Amino acid sequence: MPHVVMTGIAVRRLTGGVTEFDVEADTVRRLISELDRRYPGLGQQIDESMAVAIDGEIFQDAYLQPLKPDSEIVLIPKIGGG
Amino acid sequence: MSYLDKAALKVVGTRPIRPDGVDKVIGRASFGADHTMPGMLWGKVKRSPHAHARIKSINIDKALKVPGVHAIVTSADFPNIANEEAFVGEGPMNFRDLSRNCMARDKALYDGHAVAAVAATTQAAAEEAVELIEVDYEVLPHVIDVEAAMASDAPVLHDDMFTQGVDPKPSKPSNVAKKITFAKGDIAKGFAEAEVVIERKYTTQPVHQAYIEPHACVVAIAPDGQATIWSSSQGQFMVRAYCAKLLAIDIANIRAVPAEIGGGFGGKTLVYLEPVALALSKKSGRPVKLVMSREDVFRGTGPAAGGVIEVKLGAKKSGRIVAAELVLKYQAGAFAGSPVGPGCMCAFAMYDLDNVHITGYDVVSNRPKVAAYRAPGAPNSSFGVESCIDELARELNIDPLAIREMNGAREGTKTPYGPTLVNVGYLQTVEAARNHPNYSIPLGPNQGRGVASGFWFNIGGESSAAVHINEDGTASVVEGNPDIGGSRASMAMMAAEVLGIPYDRVRPVVGDTASIGFTFLTGGSRVTFATGMAVTQAAEKVVEQLKSRAATIWDISPEAVEWKDGKAFPAGANAGSFEPLSLADIAIKSGRTGGPISAEVSINAQGAGPGFATHICDVEVDRETGHVKILRYTAVQDVGRAIHPSYVEGQMQGGVTQGIGWALNEEYIYDKDGRLENPGFLDYRVPVASDLPMIDTVMVEVPNPRHPFGARGVGEVPIVPPMAAVANAIADAVGARMRDLPMSPPKLSAVLDEQDPPRLAAE
Repeated sequence: MPHVVMTGIAVRRLTGGVTEFDVEADTVRRLISELDRRYPGLGQQIDESMAVAIDGEIFQDAYLQPLKPDSEIVLIPKIGGG
Repeated sequence: MSYLDKAALKVVGTRPIRPDGVDKVIGRASFGADHTMPGMLWGKVKRSPHAHARIKSINIDKALKVPGVHAIVTSADFPNIANEEAFVGEGPMNFRDLSRNCMARDKALYDGHAVAAVAATTQAAAEEAVELIEVDYEVLPHVIDVEAAMASDAPVLHDDMFTQGVDPKPSKPSNVAKKITFAKGDIAKGFAEAEVVIERKYTTQPVHQAYIEPHACVVAIAPDGQATIWSSSQGQFMVRAYCAKLLAIDIANIRAVPAEIGGGFGGKTLVYLEPVALALSKKSGRPVKLVMSREDVFRGTGPAAGGVIEVKLGAKKSGRIVAAELVLKYQAGAFAGSPVGPGCMCAFAMYDLDNVHITGYDVVSNRPKVAAYRAPGAPNSSFGVESCIDELARELNIDPLAIREMNGAREGTKTPYGPTLVNVGYLQTVEAARNHPNYSIPLGPNQGRGVASGFWFNIGGESSAAVHINEDGTASVVEGNPDIGGSRASMAMMAAEVLGIPYDRVRPVVGDTASIGFTFLTGGSRVTFATGMAVTQAAEKVVEQLKSRAATIWDISPEAVEWKDGKAFPAGANAGSFEPLSLADIAIKSGRTGGPISAEVSINAQGAGPGFATHICDVEVDRETGHVKILRYTAVQDVGRAIHPSYVEGQMQGGVTQGIGWALNEEYIYDKDGRLENPGFLDYRVPVASDLPMIDTVMVEVPNPRHPFGARGVGEVPIVPPMAAVANAIADAVGARMRDLPMSPPKLSAVLDEQDPPRLAAE
């Protein structure tokens, strides 16, 4: 199942310090729902201010994006630009 | 579909003239300040003369008596917005802060902060009335410098600001809005293994985006509440959304029309004037025009963040970096929200490092709220990191490109901020730099060469585009992004390539918010990637319709039709024998075959693909004056696939030019009272043409497989390496390591004086 990593320390407070975990999910939407179920508030945090890097590619607001069973998921701050 | 076979392309990769070029060259293009309306009033903003002051009262009685004055607004005319953050513009935006930045409420937080605005029949009346508005201030202690603002005894700007990201939550408010940390590996173990440790502190100054066109808008709100906004911005949908939020108006009641834009570079990704003009128009019942002066722009709009960059590197004597630690203290201006996050994430993204620890602080002070500027946050942190790597290379006597090759990010590198890199072209940029003739040109006395690299993520996002086939066989493309860097040309080229018709048969336009689906603003180097993807998909849908119409004309199955070189052909002998139908042949009969041929596509584009660059800078230092002359500058960049190579090169050259300005001269100068002393281009020194040589560009093309033509964003990363490249070249030229920007003649001269006292004696 997809492996989730969080590198930003601030968001780890919502997970009680846990930084890596496996999540049963096949889309970004289901990933966020499952994370919010495990760690209440984390789903909203992701929705509002985070991007999801899937196997190295950064996705923003992409509920439909499929996840592979061995996907590496990294939660990072959303990216803007100039 | 994919169009990655470069040899098969007929339009993409060529260099046609941009569709908006003639209008802009002959002065016919309509910018924000050019729009007028019958009955229009002139607006003028009154700004605080104090860096930090409580607004005790505002008396408008005298100002209202000025003949011709129709309305005066203060914060009382704006809804008091709750503390609410959302990602609408180019970063998380707190609408309460945005509202209070447009019009101060309770406190003025910087010199130039808007405190009131007037609308009058003439500019003179508006200016007279502004002078007669009486603001009773209680002047408060102020703080400008970032580290001074972090001190425990600093004047606090916001009583409700408690540093986020620290446990436990602080009991006292401070100017540090947020602390963020990224970590990878074991930093202590890394330094324990190091054979060489180098630790340095660097500083950068806030700099303005220095777009040539000041902010301007005309706003008209009708008695039924429907508003129209004409303005110069990087996103008409952003203007609409922000104004709706700040004035509590339904989005459907606002139509935002994009004017041509005379530069933005990130600085026009938020609003300053539009909500104020909207409030004035609402109050007066008349259209209102607001135009900033250059002084207004400098005093009242967001510069890029400056900051402090503390770098500590541990390495083996071979040059392999085994530990990297970074502390960033970024200025946010008067409200929280500096780009310290991307600064942290970009700093070491060019390198494959095992042990990294990065800490960032977002710090408010009594300066204008910062705004985005190309690759926001990355230039500062990269100045520190790329300078420090150069210092390390010199200490170890290793070629600066060799140390970057040794430690460089490659396919599969795990970045310090987490994701594993894919489709990266960093090492290709280093190799191309090494092979460039400019890297081996001999240097003379007081001349030096520096190199530096840079990274930017690039983004995609929501984009809409429409392709319409006209009855004569030409095509119209409607995009939702203001055209800042030649995107109309790129959109037309991609549509022409897919349709199989010449570029000049396609006319692109930028639609207003009622003419095209939602499109995220022009920024983050996203337009050619994301909106180009929408245009390509819309053109492909049109091709499917064209094939279907040809099938109707031939009375065969649409599957039996193929599209090639702008014509429909029967797909093989079984389809029948028909003369090919051109796009014009099909278009003229569109009424008989089903009606107009058009398609609109709205997408949320993903997979923008990272951008990497490596730059080489040659300088000559005048030891008498401290003046630095740029002899040569070579920018190498992975651009994915260049849709219009000239505009890609233009982005690279523009980014380098702005980076050189940041490196050598640009800075805000405040007096002891926190008032800006150089709010104009005479005293705020941006590079001019005579300061620079032609900047050489090398486009490394590692196609982005996510984009149909392989495009990556190109507008951000070229501003990332220049500051360190220039500093490294100066160090190479005269042995003076400049760690504090700008490296202006007085500063460099002072360093040279210390280094070379006999020069003073000789004088």
